[in-house]
Amino acid sequence: MKARHKRLVFVGVGVAALGVVAALLLNAFNSNMVFFYSPTDVLANKAPADRSFRLGGLVENGTLQRENDGLTVHFFVTDNAERIRVTYSGILPDLFREGQGVVTQGKFGADGSFMASEVLAKHDEEYMPPEVAEALEKGKQAQLEKELGNASIIGGKEGI
Amino acid sequence: MQMLTKAFWLQLSTPKAFYPVAGTLAPCFMMLAVILCVIGLYIGFFVAPVDYQQGNSYRIMFIHVPAAWMGMFIYLVMCAYATIGLIWNTRLSSMMASALAPTGALFTFIALWSGAFWGKPTWGTYWVWDARLTSFLILLFLYIGYMSLQAAIDDQQKAAKASALLALVGVVNIPIIYFSVKWWNTLHQGMSVTVTDAPTMAPSMAWSMFIMAFAFWMYAIGIALMRVRTIILERERHAAWVQDLGNKGANHG
Repeated sequence: MKARHKRLVFVGVGVAALGVVAALLLNAFNSNMVFFYSPTDVLANKAPADRSFRLGGLVENGTLQRENDGLTVHFFVTDNAERIRVTYSGILPDLFREGQGVVTQGKFGADGSFMASEVLAKHDEEYMPPEVAEALEKGKQAQLEKELGNASIIGGKEGI
Repeated sequence: MQMLTKAFWLQLSTPKAFYPVAGTLAPCFMMLAVILCVIGLYIGFFVAPVDYQQGNSYRIMFIHVPAAWMGMFIYLVMCAYATIGLIWNTRLSSMMASALAPTGALFTFIALWSGAFWGKPTWGTYWVWDARLTSFLILLFLYIGYMSLQAAIDDQQKAAKASALLALVGVVNIPIIYFSVKWWNTLHQGMSVTVTDAPTMAPSMAWSMFIMAFAFWMYAIGIALMRVRTIILERERHAAWVQDLGNKGANHG
């Protein structure tokens, strides 16, 4: 075996071993790599109870309420399975809106709602012009109506 | 014929033969970079539409995403050169690895910096310690560590070997960066561009991003070739041909 072959094997084995070590380490620290907990995680008591943690999910449609002081807001964060009520007092990021992703940091308050000290907006990886978004939304609704229509036709047949 | 081409490539891989070739190629790559950059930015600012959620602020992406790609890609290329230098003891590959490091670090820094300025108006914060952002910061530290280690060791061969090992250790970070948004939940959004699927954005947006990525790529090659020329002169300063070059330059001056 030539010296350079030895070095080649040494480097190859070294990098492979490092890869395995990294994979094992990341696996072991997996729970610490979580940036936020979903409402399902929180209700399953996976989030720390005694200190502040991050709760992430979608702002549920139609749940945003503003108090008269103009700063305090209430909304529900959902992962489409569970929901948690969040209270926050402060300036919201521009992208914050119902139906959008959000990551909040805080603790549960006495009234059982999550008292957030910070609210960050999370956006997805889709970028499109407003017209396209509108057309997509229309298409979705047309699809929904069609499905509903079909359902009623089928229902009608069954009725007969 | 095959022997001839092999001899040609071997010849080219010596610092002496590569020095003038790099000098000829570097300006061509730089020209390409400027042209592509102008086209890419024009499409990005004047052709690509506003985003339905973010309005205009998403346009930072045309700098941010290509810079991030290049930061990761240059690290892999640098690692490949460093490994070839480590195994086959070829001088030029170690020089190329050293020449790429500052450019990789620059792109990594640009990606982090532009990301912070994108994060503030969209997320509401400049920085969070999520898996994607943290692993990318580690990439910047790897570049800085690589360059400092080379600068700290006087013996060139030892410096090349030690820094190559450091670069190889750091290479595990690249897949971690790439897959971080898939493996863990992060504040950073997922991938818009993947190998298998069409980009999840309007075509003109994607075009601007790809053209900018090519512009950055050409710049990286051009600047690395320029830098490797100075590295060749520095490391080969005792060679007869470099001395001759110096004497010629002195006579002309």
